[in-house]
Amino acid sequence: MRNRTADETQFMAEGDIASLDGGAAAIAHAEEPSPPSRMREFWRAYAQNRGALIGLCLVALLILLALGADFIAPDPPNEQYRTFTLAPPAWHADGTSRFLLGTDPVGRDILSRLIHGTRLSLLIGTISVAISLTLGAILGLVAGYFRGIVDTTIMRLMDVMLALPSLLLAIAVVAILGPGLVNAMYAIAIVLLPHYVRLARAAVIAEARREYVTSSRIAGAGALRLMFATILPNCAAPLIVQATLGFSNAILDAAALGFLGLGAQPPTPEWGSMLASALEFIQRAPWVVTFPGLAILITVLAFNLTGDGLRDALDPKLRRS
Amino acid sequence: MFGFVLRRVALIVPTFVGVTLLAFALIHLIPGDPVENLSGERGMDPERRARLLHEFGLDRPLAVQYASYVGQVLRGDLGSSLTTHESVAREFATLFPATVELAFFALLFAVVVGLPAGILAAVKRNTAADYTVMGLSLTGYSMPIFWWALLLILFFSVQLGWTPVSGRIAVQYDVPMTTGFMLIDTLRAGDMAAFRSALSHLILPTIALGTIPLAVIARMTRSSMLEVLREDYVRAARAKGLPRWRVIVVHALRNALIPVITVVGLQVGLLLSGAILTETIFSWPGVGNWLIHGVQSRDYPVVQGGILLIAAIVITVNLIVDMLYGVINPRIRHA
Repeated sequence: MRNRTADETQFMAEGDIASLDGGAAAIAHAEEPSPPSRMREFWRAYAQNRGALIGLCLVALLILLALGADFIAPDPPNEQYRTFTLAPPAWHADGTSRFLLGTDPVGRDILSRLIHGTRLSLLIGTISVAISLTLGAILGLVAGYFRGIVDTTIMRLMDVMLALPSLLLAIAVVAILGPGLVNAMYAIAIVLLPHYVRLARAAVIAEARREYVTSSRIAGAGALRLMFATILPNCAAPLIVQATLGFSNAILDAAALGFLGLGAQPPTPEWGSMLASALEFIQRAPWVVTFPGLAILITVLAFNLTGDGLRDALDPKLRRS
Repeated sequence: MFGFVLRRVALIVPTFVGVTLLAFALIHLIPGDPVENLSGERGMDPERRARLLHEFGLDRPLAVQYASYVGQVLRGDLGSSLTTHESVAREFATLFPATVELAFFALLFAVVVGLPAGILAAVKRNTAADYTVMGLSLTGYSMPIFWWALLLILFFSVQLGWTPVSGRIAVQYDVPMTTGFMLIDTLRAGDMAAFRSALSHLILPTIALGTIPLAVIARMTRSSMLEVLREDYVRAARAKGLPRWRVIVVHALRNALIPVITVVGLQVGLLLSGAILTETIFSWPGVGNWLIHGVQSRDYPVVQGGILLIAAIVITVNLIVDMLYGVINPRIRHA
């Protein structure tokens, strides 16, 4: 996206001067005339990567599961069938087809809890990435645009946050805010923040010297318009990639916090806390531990595959290799 | 070179200050002050509360409190644990070798397996070997390590009975701890049975903790190797008629290793993060386990001191890696 041709840049600059309707609209405008549209071109590059396609399909499936959890899950997530505690999965000799993946120590259907857990995990990912991305893009833009003391202050603060191992920082935040699902989301948003700030800042510094920014400035655009309408849409690519990869980090960290008893609390069907609450039964009923972990792995893998695919497709420099 | 070192050291001073601010803020942002926590459910009369606040110095301005906190930290005084009443710094110092031992072997495992795997994937690019290595490393990279550790225990300890489930050494061995590193201490004591026990306790935690760094190193080695293999000097070496392995090992690998070394160094933060989970699962008596207990029992001096010390260690290690990088690659030094 950043390897824009000279014509396009000029075209956009003209658009900016002529209509002052901002960079985003100018780009949308610029996309249409050139025959293989940028969206098409992007999709062709993306679809070349089989792993990325698998990842995207998995993500779509997970979103479907999360949205339709109430209809898809065979049982309510917290319904306890006391006569069926620790029932093994259906394919097991003692298993029953009533509970496909078996039941947990209090007789809740594991499959249903996992499906509802998808909703929670995606929600945690969405909210923490959204908070982090918004805040990070703003801080990064401000730091990269104004430079000087503002930049130094913001970046030193980010250095401190990066100095702490991610899970440790999340634990520190949870120690302050108290354990719980919502606080875990805030903690994860804070942990992810420095990456977005750094990316946004680097992109802004690179873009701010371009002609289209200068021409927009000459045309009289104010700092806010320059930052958000002119520059931001043009450094979206690295942020989108990081946001996708951020999802997998968010889901992993949320599960780890849940596992440590610092995230979602029982009986919430969150995968990490499901795993932790079944630990003592691991020898007698391995499935209560196996399936939630598998769900985490598949989800994180799906987002990593998609993120890697996006990066390769959006960054022409890496596309060669 | 000296100027380079000085610049890098000067750069981390603000980071250190920031970490002390964070650790200081941790205690002050927690709802309820320490006196309130002391009083428990029953509450406390205002007069006694005021006296205790004064005694702890909590009625002074925040800036003064921060200055005195930094003074304490500089003297090595991190307060004492609310549960054990031991000095936090001393507790950390006793437990830290266990974490270092685990992290060291995890990193060793990651490098010894990850490096050849990455090289293999690059050399045999787009073959089954490449896809296998990349697939496995992506899976490893996405692995929730607490679950991976449990799977390892389930298979190797419970099913096969090959390795112990938890701890650092079997209870019957009583080895005098001099260095704090179990493998060294058992060797110094000349107790081979104890050494073997310690070694078998180390295997599963090492694999669990080393998996993510392994995946990162394998991926990094592969892409770095691919880049170097395209270079003209590699083609020239091949054109000279040098054997393939020699070109790969001597010409390509040496140059490909530069970014890999940085990545290895940056794994330290990741290892300490992972150690928190790994130690919890294997009941490994290290600082990660200790810190989680601190958080769970609301032992704030432990949490505060632990975070401060771990951050300081990560910053220092990153600084050292940075400098080593400067030694290997002169271009960085003069940037």
